[in-house]
Amino acid sequence: MFDSNFILGCSAIGAGLAVIAGIGPGVGQGIAAGHAASAVGRNPGAKGDITGTMLLGQAVAETTGLYGLLVAMLLLFVKPLVP
Amino acid sequence: MGAGLMLSADLDFMIKGIFSFELGGQTIWITTSHVCLLIVVLSICILSFIANGTMKKASDVPTGFQNVLELGIDALDGMIKSTMGKHAKGFLNYIGTIFVFILFSNLSGLLGLRAPTADYGVTFPMGVLSFTLIFIQKLRYQKVSGFIKGLCDPWPFWAPINVIGDLAVPISLSLRLFANVLSGTIMLALIYGLLGWIATIWPAVLHAYFDVFSGAIQTYVFCMLTMTYIASAMDTD
Repeated sequence: MFDSNFILGCSAIGAGLAVIAGIGPGVGQGIAAGHAASAVGRNPGAKGDITGTMLLGQAVAETTGLYGLLVAMLLLFVKPLVP
Repeated sequence: MGAGLMLSADLDFMIKGIFSFELGGQTIWITTSHVCLLIVVLSICILSFIANGTMKKASDVPTGFQNVLELGIDALDGMIKSTMGKHAKGFLNYIGTIFVFILFSNLSGLLGLRAPTADYGVTFPMGVLSFTLIFIQKLRYQKVSGFIKGLCDPWPFWAPINVIGDLAVPISLSLRLFANVLSGTIMLALIYGLLGWIATIWPAVLHAYFDVFSGAIQTYVFCMLTMTYIASAMDTD
């Protein structure tokens, strides 16, 4: 029906749109880092614990952005839509 | 189409087949993932043999390699004990093993190997392994009645959603590790493939971030989440 090059181009646009998912984790990680900074300011003694918790939370929050990356990679390299 | 093909020939982050053979009517490919996995496992084995030999003639005042080993094992033990409390003893082996394996796999990107954890076929079995462990602990500590009660938590018709929530655990565990390592691999491949001679020494900084920092964080997160899930499964009340 459609040319496979056309579908590949549309897949590339879709991949670009899927990577927009990175905005969410960026904002979330920034908020986590900001709160961790204010927590260190309030209680400098607990710096190690705060850093560990912050990194764990940020790594978990990163997952949603990575799902967007995975969708982009599937569209570009596995090419499920191209006949 | 021509430019796209040329670019994808330069980019070197896909899994490549080395040779294939027929087994029971199916073609099985031996890929770069298998080879890198073998290299990582062999290096861990050699390291463990050396470590075993060192600790057999250990002295009271540690020196050299014994110092490094004790530091690492102490840090690992401390991490597991602080998360799992009194249940820690039974899980030191499993958590320690997957920690060392994931850490070595992620760091192998530094040596020019394609990190084995950037293959979903490596991380998914680890997610399933952790999930099985969580499931068995749940059955052991909460018994079948408690398990069914947990499934029908707010109301009985909520059970399908709880089942989906349980089944999402291995998938999200393995996808998180896989996608993180894969994104690092892709970024470095893009830089080496597209910049050519401009990328000579300075990508070492990116290696330090993507391989060492991100790899260590993801190792920590995988083990931490496994421990948290197991600890919550063993919570009887």
